[in-house]
Amino acid sequence: MRAAVAKLRGAWPQLSALILMLVIDWLIFPSFFQLRLVDGRLTGSLVDVLVRGAPVALLALGMAGVIATRGIDLSVGAIMAIAGAVAATSIAGGSPWYVAVLLALLAGMACGIWNGTLVAIFGVQPIIATLVLMVAGRGIAQLITSGQITTFVDPQFAAIASGSTVGIPVPILIAVATAAILGILTRSTALGLMIRAIGINPGAADLVGIHRQGITFAVYVTSGITAALAGLIVAADIRGADANNAGLWLELDAILVVVLAGASLLGGRLSYGLTLLSAITLQALKTGILLAGLPPQMTLILMAVAVSLLLAIQAPATQQWLARSARRRAAA
Amino acid sequence: MRALSERPVFITALILILLFSFCAVQFPFVISTRVLGNLLTDNAYLGVIAIGMTVVIISGGIDLSVGSVLAFVGVMLGVLITGQGVDPIIAFAVALVVGTAFGAFQGAAIHFLGAPSFIVTLAGMFLARGAAFLLTEDSIPINHRLYGVLADANLPLPGGGQLSFAAIVMLSMLVAAIILLRRTEFGLNVYAIGGDRRAAELMGVRSGRTTVAIYAFSGFAAAVGGILYSLYTGSAYPLAGVGLELDAIAATVIGGTLLTGGAGGVLGTFLGVLILGVIQLYITLDGSMSSWVAKIVTAILLLLSILTQRFVAAKAVRHRS
Repeated sequence: MRAAVAKLRGAWPQLSALILMLVIDWLIFPSFFQLRLVDGRLTGSLVDVLVRGAPVALLALGMAGVIATRGIDLSVGAIMAIAGAVAATSIAGGSPWYVAVLLALLAGMACGIWNGTLVAIFGVQPIIATLVLMVAGRGIAQLITSGQITTFVDPQFAAIASGSTVGIPVPILIAVATAAILGILTRSTALGLMIRAIGINPGAADLVGIHRQGITFAVYVTSGITAALAGLIVAADIRGADANNAGLWLELDAILVVVLAGASLLGGRLSYGLTLLSAITLQALKTGILLAGLPPQMTLILMAVAVSLLLAIQAPATQQWLARSARRRAAA
Repeated sequence: MRALSERPVFITALILILLFSFCAVQFPFVISTRVLGNLLTDNAYLGVIAIGMTVVIISGGIDLSVGSVLAFVGVMLGVLITGQGVDPIIAFAVALVVGTAFGAFQGAAIHFLGAPSFIVTLAGMFLARGAAFLLTEDSIPINHRLYGVLADANLPLPGGGQLSFAAIVMLSMLVAAIILLRRTEFGLNVYAIGGDRRAAELMGVRSGRTTVAIYAFSGFAAAVGGILYSLYTGSAYPLAGVGLELDAIAATVIGGTLLTGGAGGVLGTFLGVLILGVIQLYITLDGSMSSWVAKIVTAILLLLSILTQRFVAAKAVRHRS
């Protein structure tokens, strides 16, 4: 119990940001919190926020692990496009939905293996290694769909985006399940500790016997798979694959979410729960702007403001000043 | 180290010659000053921006905001010239000041907040793009007389080709950047910070001042790029230059500048821009391929450059120890 309270206290900036965003949304749109069951599926603005936030949340979950090892994965948006293209093409070719899903996940995994190989084995800087796939990925997706927007009709596949189980829309379930699996994997084993150790000090991690190459490789593969999941949701949502626009610029959203969740780009911090919270916060912000009737591009400016504030708070100079004033208060 | 950092330029030049020859075998008419002049004109704004990017990357940083700054500057020109009737010369001056100040501000944030350049310029990217959209959501035509004059201004080349105003601006930027990097104290400081910031500071390099200047230069280059882009298209559009920062980074890396900083040069970047231009030219001439081929070829070249860099860097470390 005490551990849970301590954890909540650690999460107060993210929690208060989320609550603030939700209250703002509620003030703009009084029926924001109304929930209704329509055809056995929960609907309402709040559910809409969660559903729309699911793809970015999935990307951010993969990205969180990568950033914790002091890396970055710029290719997740492109991987989404590739996964969507693979799924749409295989369904259009007559495969059942589960084969399409499996192929898309394998494609995402292959992309992750590519990134992981460049970063962990060849030692290329992450930002550049993943830039290769970011540049080429949409080309590869175009290659798969032969330059067309492949559309399909498959109610079972479309259910990945629009279906629901016990009233809860499937995208929410996928995001929560992914977060839970990753959380359990990293919390109940030493994996989370090792990932953070690599981010804090790679050399020291090597010296204490952590298999740095293997773990770094694994975080990129995980990021590839979660990106493929996000790609599947988007493809199922539009019932087609748009190689040019699926997941465009979402890698930046995902990085922002991970940073909002309190991770440092210098590595060493990892929390899947906070990542999920921050993904919802970002989507609540976007929805709020739409509900208020502001131009959607306002989101860009507000996101920039959020990042700037965060950087100012995280800056060593600010931290020193905070520590000094805390010490003064303690002395007084 | 200097000799080592010069060598990648020859590899880049070789790749450019190979690609151009490949193009020339199928389409012999490309060997003319006319095509060469167009190649320079079509890639002028990318070239200018990539030159700014190169200075940033040599210093060990990255600037993701350049594409958005180009769009913001373009939109601002459209609003000032078409909307407010401001003289283009004054509008250009305002654009250059705004771009430079934006870059300087980012440099200051990077230095004083101690934040990675990647995330600061990411915020800058969002900010500039969002600001461009706030100014206008539509495309604004720019029909000032001076625009026509500048678009037609050119130096004739032997063989019927011509060097356009944009190409001349890019080539002047190139020469200026070479002098800046190789013949001034600022240039020396850029390489020193990129090589090892701590060591540079211990030797008396004022890293704060230099960092601000580096990003101010990149912002200036992005503003020049924005002016050239608005001349090139004769309009202002808030979605202009989306993804341009990636092309600029790719051209820089293909040009042999080390992404870890400390080595490289703008001449290689210029050749890298021409390589991207030749790939685009070939695809346009061929007509049967779509634009994604360019992306894949670019990525392959990028990968080759990165792996070569790794090899060279590993060798350099062994050499030193």
